[in-house]
Amino acid sequence: MKPAPFDYLRPASLGEALEALASDGAMALAGGQSLVAMLNMRLARPDLLVDIMHLPELRERGHRVGAAVRQCELAGLHPLIDRALPHVGHYQTRSRGTFCGSVAHGDPAAELPLCLVALGGRVHLASARGERTVEAAAFFEGPLMTAREEDELVIAVELPRPDPRAGYAFREVALRHGDFALAAFAAVADADGVRLAVGGVADTPVVIDGLAIDADAIDARDDFHADAAYRRRLVARVGRAAVEEALTCRA
Amino acid sequence: MPRMTVNGEAVEAAAEPRLLLSDFLRHTLGLTGTHVGCEHGVCGACTVLIDGRPARSCLAFAVQCEGAEIMTVEGLEEGPLHTAFRRHFALQCGFCTAGILMSLTAFLRETPRPSEREVREVLSGHLCRCTGYTPIVAAALEAADA
Repeated sequence: MKPAPFDYLRPASLGEALEALASDGAMALAGGQSLVAMLNMRLARPDLLVDIMHLPELRERGHRVGAAVRQCELAGLHPLIDRALPHVGHYQTRSRGTFCGSVAHGDPAAELPLCLVALGGRVHLASARGERTVEAAAFFEGPLMTAREEDELVIAVELPRPDPRAGYAFREVALRHGDFALAAFAAVADADGVRLAVGGVADTPVVIDGLAIDADAIDARDDFHADAAYRRRLVARVGRAAVEEALTCRA
Repeated sequence: MPRMTVNGEAVEAAAEPRLLLSDFLRHTLGLTGTHVGCEHGVCGACTVLIDGRPARSCLAFAVQCEGAEIMTVEGLEEGPLHTAFRRHFALQCGFCTAGILMSLTAFLRETPRPSEREVREVLSGHLCRCTGYTPIVAAALEAADA
């Protein structure tokens, strides 16, 4: 199918973009790798798309990753992201998709939100009303539901600096490479213990104690591809493997 | 009126905002070598290069490509990849082939000596219902060797 008609704006500044996003029916367009598919299927019908990819204010690429930074530009920023990146969409979608766009979309099986939660990162939001920061763990509220208000733009995500003594691991189970994860795991082993972030199993990424995995405590989803019991078994088996790998890599 | 470069030529043509890059290439410019399969970013048939990077042209609007350099299968020069595809019978109906050639062109430029696994990961972004992929993998590895 083809998208319903909309207006398109390429703003010259972040201020102009936020002004435009304050109007009813406006949506931000970044890499478009989730949104354009939804537009094509008319699951989304905005009146106005605000293209944020040309705003220099959104190009920062360090421990803060701006909204205009594409997934193919993330290599080398953080060891956990490097491990997760090959599982994010496909080679052909990482050319266009963004970290912040994936976070704003809030798919429960998405890898980058999972990494952000595992690392204890933060989400920076801006609107014409002002800026605010939300902890990643509080940002994801349900499937495709986040703490972002309608007029807000995810302007950046913030990753803690890599801990050279920590071990990081990423594992994923999907029907085919690049498909949505039936279950995905990001493990961080440091001096405090092992944090295991689990994606694709519950309605949001959840963090559990990697040294005392209790799969039954997770509210696992049933869907067409896998039932809740299978997802819990993946947590017990593949989650454990991720924890062991992270422990091996810990200095 | 988005302006862009397509296969090295400057192009300027009317496009309402909702016009997908795939339709802009095929209908407005008549470049029908880019095929459209699923139109929601799954099959990879419509893959083109946008500023040198492989991307699904059904997941981009023409207006987003203002100022971009686009390359389609019509812009590819005959080279080792084409030869290897012929030698290995890496296509049958050919519907997916244009997209795969675009992905592999970008990938082999970045990764001149890929492993089979890396090639398969790139191909995971394309659906081919004829070949079972094995000859495509063989052709890609041979083209990398050439």
